[in-house]
Amino acid sequence: MALLQISEPGMSPDPHLHRLAVGIDLGTTNSLVATVRNGVAETLPDEKGRHLMPSVVHYPDQGPPQVGQEARGYSALDPLNTLSSVKRLMGRGVSDLKTVAGHVPYDFVPGDGGVPRIRTRQGDVTPVEVSGEILKALRARAEASLGGELEGAVITVPAYFDDAQRQATKDAARLAGMNVYRLLNEPTAAAIAYGLDKGQEGVIAVFDLGGGTFDISILRLNKGVFEVLATGGDSALGGDDFDRAIAGWMMQEAGIEGDTGHHRMRQLMMDACAVKEALSEREEARLKVALSDSDYWSGCITCEQMNCLIDPLINKTLAACRRALRDAKVKPEDILDVVMVGGSTRVPRVRERVGEFFGRAPRVDIDPDKVVAVGAALQADILAGNKPGDEMLLLDVIPLSLGIETMGGLVEHIIPRNTTIPVSRAQEFTTFKDGQNAMALHVIQGERDLVDHNRSLARFTLSGIPSMVAGAARVRVTYQVDADGLLSVNAREMVSGVQSSIEVKPSYGLTDNEIETMLTDSRSHAQEDMLARRLREQQVEADRVLEALDSALGADSELLSQDELKDIRDAREQLAAAREGEDHEAIALAIKGLERASEDFVARRMDQSVRKAMSGHRVEEFE
Amino acid sequence: MDLDFTRNYFELFGLPQQFRVDDAALMAAYRALQSELHPDRFAQSDDQARRLAVQGASHVNEAYATLKDDGRRARYLLSLKGTVVDEEKESAHDPQFLLDQMELREALEEVDQAADPLAALDALSRDIEMRYTQMLAAFEVAFESNNLEAARQEVLKLRFFDRLREEVARISERLEDQLLG
Ligand SMILES: Nc1ncnc2c1ncn2[C@@H]1O[C@H](COP(=O)(O)OP(=O)(O)O)[C@@H](O)[C@H]1O
Ligand SMILES: [Mg+2]
Repeated sequence: MALLQISEPGMSPDPHLHRLAVGIDLGTTNSLVATVRNGVAETLPDEKGRHLMPSVVHYPDQGPPQVGQEARGYSALDPLNTLSSVKRLMGRGVSDLKTVAGHVPYDFVPGDGGVPRIRTRQGDVTPVEVSGEILKALRARAEASLGGELEGAVITVPAYFDDAQRQATKDAARLAGMNVYRLLNEPTAAAIAYGLDKGQEGVIAVFDLGGGTFDISILRLNKGVFEVLATGGDSALGGDDFDRAIAGWMMQEAGIEGDTGHHRMRQLMMDACAVKEALSEREEARLKVALSDSDYWSGCITCEQMNCLIDPLINKTLAACRRALRDAKVKPEDILDVVMVGGSTRVPRVRERVGEFFGRAPRVDIDPDKVVAVGAALQADILAGNKPGDEMLLLDVIPLSLGIETMGGLVEHIIPRNTTIPVSRAQEFTTFKDGQNAMALHVIQGERDLVDHNRSLARFTLSGIPSMVAGAARVRVTYQVDADGLLSVNAREMVSGVQSSIEVKPSYGLTDNEIETMLTDSRSHAQEDMLARRLREQQVEADRVLEALDSALGADSELLSQDELKDIRDAREQLAAAREGEDHEAIALAIKGLERASEDFVARRMDQSVRKAMSGHRVEEFE
Repeated sequence: MDLDFTRNYFELFGLPQQFRVDDAALMAAYRALQSELHPDRFAQSDDQARRLAVQGASHVNEAYATLKDDGRRARYLLSLKGTVVDEEKESAHDPQFLLDQMELREALEEVDQAADPLAALDALSRDIEMRYTQMLAAFEVAFESNNLEAARQEVLKLRFFDRLREEVARISERLEDQLLG
């Protein structure tokens, strides 16, 4: 192979100096591969000159799976063996299918835990394997046009992708035999392409609306540094939702019932999509909907009519923009340019509303389909070491807060959303009971206050903690997020040095709907959450105080006089009663009361415990 | 490049250990460090070097986040002086301050009843930010004249402002969502 390789002008003849590196946009609808050749980043077409590869895999009767345009031809003919939009399932568990399955009508293998499997005539496949096939096809395309083996790739993911979804994407690359230099957030990739192309400096917004996802990122560009200030989005919002809204309108106009068959629904969605795309070019479009084999309804839809249907959806994207601006601490007028990415930003109404919101016409002179892959290729070229001395630096953020479950099912955030990565943060926790030897840790991602409203990423236990009185152990939990946005967790008991750690590798991730609801809910439930949170906090605190007191009384009540004991018992009863009520302030008061009543007792116990612990040691060992 | 984790954040960025920071100098120093330390600079290196890069870059990010934010910087300066502020256990006890805080909270709760809630919220938010700036100024005076106890009293007020600002953000999001329908 190497002997046949002919070096192009400007390319190093020494293969050790130029590593073949690509950027890959692994999209829900379409995927692309790009590379830097002769200093220019460009997407690579197939032998027929097509750059976009539909993210579709067909499993035929015989022979290897087909990918892309050829596979898409089978969508209607052989639907159960033609898989599209699997990106929606990446990093998801079987339990998540309920919420996403509506969009992907496949034959899922029944089962409970773990990764969902889809039945095809070539056997059961997982979403990771299907994505792996798409990556293999992109790799083959790249190797054919570059004439050599790929050294590595940068693969893009939506900025809102959680840990599980990122991990699943890396797994797919491993299946395709690809060395991943880096996972890169899609809007950040777009910003690189824009920044290097336009040479602009300042704060920009990247608005990425694809088929099923929406991302907004605010970045500051300065001398080759791309600093993400905030990112946000809506993971269940895209062109597909426009299609659904239009299809609904068509059914209403044509008098079709809501529970029409599955096949008819698919046809309607395809018609709606065609109409939507036509209206990007024209003022109105004609429609023909089959009512039965012989009967048709025909009508017409104008841009204005469509705009009314999609305006509520556009409103949602603007709400996310507002939130991202606030998190970034910038105002719309501080934004130098708004870069439009993704096929759905071709809709004129989207451009118009985004323009109004930011107070300036958005940038549409960059190819919205290719910009992500091009940015990824530029980054891959640098990571491959092909541009020594290049000063480009990407500083990205985590999209959703990372936290830990605390008593009472509450979440304590350890790393808030929009923190620059890589990042490492630690928090100390203590034991709840005397002699507690283990501590269960539950790793959470999301914005809501109660654990159940967020995504559970992993659980693990720190065991082997030596026996101590409640509150004496100091468990330090450290969260480390790397540059890919992947989390690892370490827990260590500081007094004894007992240690336990995990790479967070969950078997599933957040569903689109879950993230969506998590984000909207955290807005609309703020007040409710706050009251619930205060009450839960106080209840937990009450339980802790009661438990600590009971165990202390059990062990050391001889340290108290009868009167003292009675005072403490009375205060205890008051707290126990308040604990059962709904008033967080009353509980707080009762806790204060009990603490006051038992102050002396606690002090005497501490003295005793310290004296015991130190017997046999010299004092300076404790200093 | 070897990072000395024992140096404090001001030393790390080569800045004077004081409340006032030169934002441009801070950013320049931060970028210079990240340019050398960021894991992307070690894409072709072994696992060990990459792990070290993640640690180093995390440390620098944390340092930058601490010095960039006024409140975090104030807390950090005190901790460098060995002054312990346990905000979980201790609270500000200036009665006038607590009274003001209660009034601000009540005003926030009443924003919904205003004729133009968003405008009312904006006005309130400006008021809160002004008080925050005053508190920081008081901190700076106390700290720079080495009156650490007075500085500590100001830092104990930070938590109240953190809460107020969170509340303002929550309410604005809710109001904006309502407007969007
Ligand atoms: N000319 C157009 N007008 C309106 N929508 C379009 C147009 N071209 C593509 N789209 C829509 O863009 C979406 C696909 O965008 P793309 O960025 O390729 O998605 P993804 O990133 O999810 O793979 C689809 O919903 C498609 O209908
Ligand atoms: Mg895309």
